[in-house]
Amino acid sequence: MIQTDILIIGAGPTGLFAVFEAGLLQLKCHIIDALPQPGGQLAELYPKKPIFDIPGYPSVLAGDLVTNLMEQIKQFQPGFTLGETAETIEKLEDGTFIVTTNEGTKHQAKAVAIAGGLGTFEPRKPILKDIEFYEKEDRGVDYFVKDPEKYRGKNIVIAGGGDSALDWSIFLSNVANSVTLVHRRNEFRGALDSVEKVQELKNAGKIKLVTPAEVVGFNGSERITAVDIEVNGARMKAECDYFIPLFGLTPKLGPIANWGLEIEKNAIKVNNALDYQTNIDGIYAIGDVNIYPGKLKLILCGFHEATLMCQSVYNRINPGKRYVLKYTTVSGVDGFDGTRKEAEKAVVKSID
Amino acid sequence: MSQDVTIFITDRNGVRHEVLAPTDMNMNIMELIRSYELAEEGTVGVCGGMAMCASCQCYVLNDVVSLERNPDEEAMLWEAYHVKDNSRLGCQIPITEDLEGLEIEIAPEQ
Repeated sequence: MIQTDILIIGAGPTGLFAVFEAGLLQLKCHIIDALPQPGGQLAELYPKKPIFDIPGYPSVLAGDLVTNLMEQIKQFQPGFTLGETAETIEKLEDGTFIVTTNEGTKHQAKAVAIAGGLGTFEPRKPILKDIEFYEKEDRGVDYFVKDPEKYRGKNIVIAGGGDSALDWSIFLSNVANSVTLVHRRNEFRGALDSVEKVQELKNAGKIKLVTPAEVVGFNGSERITAVDIEVNGARMKAECDYFIPLFGLTPKLGPIANWGLEIEKNAIKVNNALDYQTNIDGIYAIGDVNIYPGKLKLILCGFHEATLMCQSVYNRINPGKRYVLKYTTVSGVDGFDGTRKEAEKAVVKSID
Repeated sequence: MSQDVTIFITDRNGVRHEVLAPTDMNMNIMELIRSYELAEEGTVGVCGGMAMCASCQCYVLNDVVSLERNPDEEAMLWEAYHVKDNSRLGCQIPITEDLEGLEIEIAPEQ
């Protein structure tokens, strides 16, 4: 069982920054996220788009903000359970919590901070006969690329016309035996460099492009051996080991909705006068997932909420223990990995 | 002081609402729907207005606004469900004085 002080659900900007504030208070964090990579919406939906309202950054790409946050929290060595969804929560008599994921991974924590944003991102699935059969037990339909190595030497069909379809086609063209990209239109919608790279790889024969086309059926008795593709009204068969439809994601509050938390307008009610705690003692909700009078779903508000939550957890774990707020400029930052960051000392020296 | 416009919005339960929309706040139809809470929070405007989720898809019921989609909007609607010829993304329709009398219906959830 994974043991930690604060279990954070959601690896978006709010959840990541909470690790930093917790670390300053000597609290260890572990993060669960349904997506295979940290960053939440920023990494999944709009990594290449700029954000203009992060204090101190006139403009920062969402993907860069995630990279920076990961760098900022590195010395506090957060643990990650990625690609799994927090499913059940149990409060033990000693006040700690056990959170179990959909894959059975158990985490024990002294406090839980839900930083779930819009909720769990669930893939938008194409409506195809038998897809429920093939998406199970590695029978060939995957909605995420969790471990690219799995596709080494395999024949892959990817469907979709957005950034993730383009980016994974590019990446897997170096790993897989073959990559076929199927899209309903001839036009793709993504960052210019991704579109150009796919064009290049197509010209070099490393990606096979099938457009305007749609995957319409599966072949294979135990697992996928080929998919049927309809191109301009004609049918063709493409042999493959994996079919990866990348049609975007829709957020759902998911299993958290059944944890006994007070929910209003698809968000979790918290006490904003104090510490962003929910109606269950020891469970907090921070960032876009919470609601209170005057709530604004902004990253900068999430950072603030994360900070107050950490102070509250400190007091909860160390009742009565003295503590004063410290400034990183004055105290420096001592990592759990033994590193120390500190301001350079001023020199005292006479000037002739 | 710029003029508000009146817009008619049929929600996902088939109820028709008459709402006043400000034209000077850089708002769009998706935001208007959210500000009047005409759809359950979290089911409209999920991506924040980047034309990346189609949760604010609307059917345009009169000719007050053009059915011409911008490229981002068009690309998103290729991949969305329940798309009709008169589908637009609410987040891509800015509220201007030209929208007086616009009639729309919010499409079903994606």
